[in-house]
Formats: sequence, structure tokens, C-alpha cells
Amino acid sequence: MSAADIVERCERLVADLDFGSVREWKAQQPGRRAVGFLPVYVPREIPWAAGVLPVGILGADDQLEIVRGDACFQSYICHFPRSVIELGLSGRLDVLDGAIFPSTCDVIRNLSGIWKLSFPGKYARYFDVPQNFDPAVGGKFYRGLLRELVDDMRRLSGAPASDDDLRASIRTYNANRALVRELYDLRAAQPWRAPTSECYVLLRAGMLLAPDEHSQLVRQYLRAAREEERPVRDNARVVLSGVFCEQPPLDLIRVLERSGCYIVDDDFMLVNRWLGSEVPEQGDPIAALCEAYLASTDETASRFVRDEAVKGAQLVETVRARGAEGVIFAAPSFCDPALLERPMLQAALERAGIGYTAFKYAENTGQLQPIREQAGTFADTIKLWGAA
Amino acid sequence: MKPTVAKEGSMIQQKEMIADHFHKLARAHEEGKKVVYTFVPGNLTELMLAFEALPVHPEINALQAGMRKLSGQYIAEAERAGHSEDVCTYVKCDIGMMLKGNIGPTGEKLPEPDLLLLSYTGCFTFMKWFELLRERYDCPVAMLHVPYQGDGDITPDMVEYVVAQLKTEIIPKLEQVTGREVDEARLAALLANSARAEEDLVAVLQSAKHRPSPIDAYFGGVYYIGPLFTAFRGTEAAVGYYQTLRREVEERLAKGEGPITPEGQLEEERYRLVVEGPPNWTHFREFWKMFYDEGAVVVASTYTKVGGVYDRGFRHDPARPLETLAEYCLGCYTNLNLPARVGMIADYVRDYEADGFLINSIKSCNSFSAGQLVILRQVEERCGRPGAFIETDLVDPRYFSAANVKTRLESYFQMLSQKGAKGAEVAAQ
Repeated sequence: MSAADIVERCERLVADLDFGSVREWKAQQPGRRAVGFLPVYVPREIPWAAGVLPVGILGADDQLEIVRGDACFQSYICHFPRSVIELGLSGRLDVLDGAIFPSTCDVIRNLSGIWKLSFPGKYARYFDVPQNFDPAVGGKFYRGLLRELVDDMRRLSGAPASDDDLRASIRTYNANRALVRELYDLRAAQPWRAPTSECYVLLRAGMLLAPDEHSQLVRQYLRAAREEERPVRDNARVVLSGVFCEQPPLDLIRVLERSGCYIVDDDFMLVNRWLGSEVPEQGDPIAALCEAYLASTDETASRFVRDEAVKGAQLVETVRARGAEGVIFAAPSFCDPALLERPMLQAALERAGIGYTAFKYAENTGQLQPIREQAGTFADTIKLWGAA
Repeated sequence: MKPTVAKEGSMIQQKEMIADHFHKLARAHEEGKKVVYTFVPGNLTELMLAFEALPVHPEINALQAGMRKLSGQYIAEAERAGHSEDVCTYVKCDIGMMLKGNIGPTGEKLPEPDLLLLSYTGCFTFMKWFELLRERYDCPVAMLHVPYQGDGDITPDMVEYVVAQLKTEIIPKLEQVTGREVDEARLAALLANSARAEEDLVAVLQSAKHRPSPIDAYFGGVYYIGPLFTAFRGTEAAVGYYQTLRREVEERLAKGEGPITPEGQLEEERYRLVVEGPPNWTHFREFWKMFYDEGAVVVASTYTKVGGVYDRGFRHDPARPLETLAEYCLGCYTNLNLPARVGMIADYVRDYEADGFLINSIKSCNSFSAGQLVILRQVEERCGRPGAFIETDLVDPRYFSAANVKTRLESYFQMLSQKGAKGAEVAAQ
């Protein structure tokens, strides 16, 4: 299968707002269950251990007219929850047997309540990951949350979700995460072989497919991408930051690339990469998931960074490790986490002598020309003067 | 000549308490006192006072700047420094105020913090706010993560988690900063005082069940909650203030008098309302006037529960000091899930015999605002009373359109009148 074929399949999957692939997966075996999850992080290992397919709810891009969603949110709330509600109230999310709302921001938090009010018979769980990373304190609380989630999934599926099932699920997702890391490494090393517009839909497909099937797809893409020759462009290498929740339209990603940027790292779909290390595959699986969460050094806007000296360090490190020449901050309009975070990250970049540019978008942004001009100017600046 | 503003004894008492607190803050460091910046929802005032530390509340600084018409320039200052126009204006007002010298309401400079006590209760923005302040101040941060009541309950695990953080994170940091050990006897005494004051506050708030209501539980209510939600909970001064306030309210109640407004006592109660959401601070008087000019009295509000939901039975319990602080933090209004908020508002409409309810949706407060249009429909369905929806902001004067708000309110009151609001019927006769 060529890279183009794989990408075309992924694009079809992502564009299908009726979640046809999830319906097909459920239809293959009576009694199968699927549960939705919102950004940024939920431990997908747990539903999968119970035979429940975890499905990313990432909005409707620019493909859906929002009517009922707009009736739920004022103009100064970001766009993402509108399309989630629109998807839900239009019946498109009926294929899901419930949803998990992680503690990403106040909007997703309150969206969990709207879901409870709108779909009273459906499973809904607000998943409050700890901001205290002491194993005896936040860790203890988190182990309790994980066990509750296991119990929820057992009830939802009727499957035992034993410790062995959990360990098997951890192995499956460890393998998937390793492939995602490999994909990121390939893109950083040879971005012309794995453009972000392709990697992005490949990762989005992973929010819909069973993990093994997705891993197989990533393997095929990696093989094809390495084999196929593509022209190398004199693009600027940039890191894209701020896109961890509401997704930009695919065309926006393409526009950034066409404007002369190679995106060599990003914070799309962090659920793939939140746990920086492998989750231990032996021993108590709940303890393993907890330890991996607590040990994760991933710095994201929805997480409290205890050490001031560390704030922004991960972004600086990413820029250096990936050989990037600048950062593009793309934040959804009215996104408190991304927009409150941005000045601190910008200050860290300034201290490190790294250039950046910033703009806002919504998932249905249609006016891409100004963004193209801004990103193009940024890329030109890097190319002409070595640093933005 | 400025019009005379009617003030009760308790208001003068409160003003003196606040002025005294800011004077103490101005002298804090030269007198060897430690200063702790913290937030109103889920505040640990008794614990801070047990360490003889003085609290500063950045939201209160921001709202006071709003009332003093200074917030616009502070917000502009923060936006010039790179903060987005989209984000919380309390944060930008606070940062702008800091950039402009951090001058408090008494004209004195606020001291820099010795500790940033981040009580992460019911508002995601708090976390980023103190990360931003941390970059400006050379002091430690103590983070208290208060889990959200996602399923509408406080579970034993949540209480245990918060208590564990108090023991391992908050108290050690307070000990480190103040050089003192926690004084458990003093903490218990402070918590006992809190419960006494809370009892009186609840009596004041529930007086609004009477007709006419002797209080306005929103515009007047924000004054009533002031001492208990900020630096004074647990103090003898707060106990005294609430005794005075309760006495005044009970006197008005006995005489069948209405609430005191800035233009004197309200003579005629035409509409009884419940209000959800914080007030606008930049045009507070103008906003209030739109209500009392029409005889509209707010009989219950959710904003007056952001620093504690006392009217639902919670009292600080000196016998269980850390557990009671944990339960307090977990129970604040913005830590309730949407179904619980809907239930509370519908209960208020019924229990306070309100003619309707109003949502003042705040542009820059996602914690309150996200989902309020759903709350509007749900409460209407449950209680069968009409709701109204207006949009303003906390402290950004650019988002208060007086003409729009007034037109909406007038139309709403007209509708209530047509639907037969009891007060309006009496007035018509």
C-alpha cells in the first residue's frame, strides 16, 4: 500500500462524522461497546482491556454546520464544545456507549455536565487527573480513579477486565506509542517524507481504530514513507504549539506546510505521547499506569508545572532536539489553557533565543490566507536571517 | 454634587475592616508579617491566620480596581505585555495592576507575596494565573488540587486527597514561609468563629424568603459575603460584623422594610429574582440601579456561594479541622457540576418564590459561563418560570453595554409583569 493510499484511507475515516468505522467495529461482534473520550489525556488502556473501543471525540473540523451547538454556548466560548454537542444532538455520537471527559479546562469540565443533562441514560465520567504528583498523595488518589474507571468499563461491557487483560492492553498501547514516536522521529529527520498533513490524519485515524489495526497502519505508512522519494524543499523547520484540544482544519495544516514550513514537532493528540516513558508491562497494571502518569514530564497547558525553572523548558528542548528553527503558536480562539500559557512559553523561547509567531484559529476557520502569509513571512525570516 | 449613598452600620463596619486590612498589608513586611496570595473559592483563611499570615486575594484586587474604574487601563497594560484579549480579565487586571505598581484600594502599595497559595478550586484559570504570577515574584507556590464534583458528590477519596495535600504540601509550605508550626488550638478557635459567622450569614441570606425581602441577595449580597469570603473568616471581627448585619436585617424584617439600595430603602418590591453568575464590577451601581428602579429585588444568587455553600448546611467544624477545610473547598459553588447547579437554581426559584431568574453571563469566566445557556433551559423546564440572559464581563469595561443590558432587563420585567408577578400585581392595584 502506498503512503498516498494510506493517507486517503485515513482522510476518509477522519472526514466521516458518522463514525462509520466505529459502527463497523461494533457490528463485527454483537455486544461490543465503544466509549468516547475528549482531549487531552485518558488511559485508553483501561477501556480496551474491557473490550471497549476508546474513540477520540475531536470535534467536526469545518465539515459540519453548527446550529444546536451554538444554542448551548455563548460567542466567547471556544468552538470545540459546539461541534461536540452538534455531533451528539444530531445522533452521530449514538454509536458511543458513553464518554470520558478529562480535566483539561473549565469548558470540557462543564461539557461533562451538559452531556449528563442532554443524554441522561448514557455513561459519562469526569476524569480528574491529579495535579499533585506525590505517589503517596496524588498517586493514591489517581489509583482510586483508575480502579473506578476499570469498574465502569466492566459494567459497560460485562467483560472481566482482569489484571492480565490490563497488562495485555498496556502492551498493545506501548507498541502503538512506540510506533507514534517512530513516526515523529522520521518526520523530524526527513520531514519531506512524512508531511504533517499526512501524519496528522494518520494519528487522527488512531483515535477511531482499534489500537492493533492502527499500529498496523502506522507500520505500513512508515514503510511506504521511507521507500518513496519525494522532493526536498528548502523549508523552515518549526514546532507547532497550542493545538492539543480543538483541532485546526486540515487545510490549515496544509497551508502551514505550503507556506514554507516543515512542522517537525507538535502537540496534536497528546493522548499518544502524554506518557513519556513506556508503561511497565509487568506487575500491578493500575500501579503501572499510575507510575507512568506521575513520572511523565510532559509539560502541557492543562498541567500544573511545579518548578518555575522548568516552565517552557520542554518546548525549548523540543526545538533543539528536533533541530527546529522556530515555533508557531496556534491557539484556538477563547482557549484559556493555550492562551494563558502562551506568554510564559514565549518568554522561555525569548530567553533561549528562539523565534516564534502566533495566531488564533477555530476548527472551522475558513480564512486561511492571512495565516498563510503570516507563516510564510515567518519561514522567510528564518531562511533569510537564520533566526526569526 | 455627588448623590448621597445610603449606608447601613454594617457597611461602614465592613469598610473599616477592609481599610484596616490593607493598612496592615502595607506594613506587613516591615512588621515581620508574612503575606500569602490566594483565591476566594476554596480559600484556607483560617489556616493562614493560624500562621499569622495575611491573605491577599487577586480577584478582590481586580474587582476593586473595576469598581474604581481602573481595570480598563490595567487590562490594556496586560494586553500590551502580550496577554490575549480572549482570556480572563481578572488575570489581566491583576497583572496590569502589578505592572503599574500594585497599588491597593487605599492608595498603599500591596506587599509582594511570601507564598502563592494556589487553591485550585472550581476554576482552571487559577492554575495558570499563579504560574504567571510566579514568574514575577520570587516566592514558592503551594498547590492544592481540589477535585471537581463531576458526579455531583463529595466522595471520601476526594476528602482524603485534599487532607493529604494539606498535610504534605500546604502546611509544610506555610511552616517554611512563616517559620512557625501549625497552632492547632488556634486553628480550631478560628474555625469555631467561622461557624458562628456562617450561621449569621445564612440567616441574612434566608431572610429573603420573606415578602418583601429585607435584602438584595446579589447586589447587597456581595457586600454581605465580603468578610466571610476573604481575609476575615474565623476572626472576631467577622463574628461581630455578621452579628451586626443580622441584627440590622432582622430589624428591617420586623418592620416589613425592603432592602437598602445606594439611593435608600426600596419602597416597593415588584419582582423577585434569582440571579446566576458574577456581577459586572465596572458599572456595578449602574447595573444595580437598573434593578431597583424597576422594583426588582434579587432574593437569591449563586455568586454569593462561590466562597462557600453555607445555606445548604455546610459549617466549618472545629472538631475536624483539616477534613472540614477539605469539605469546604470541595463544596464551593463553581466546584459543583452543571446538574447540581441547575438543581440549586431551580430550588432557589421555588424556595424564595421568585418570579423568574436571570443569568448574567460573564465573557471572561469559562468556569461560570460555559453551559449557562443549557442551565437557562433546564431551570425554565424544571420550575416553569421565565429566565433571562444578559452578557457582561467582570472588570473589562469594554464588555458592558449599558443600553443593551437595560433594554433586555426592561423587556424581561415587562414580561414578568404580564405573566403576573405577584409584586407587580400589588403595585398595579
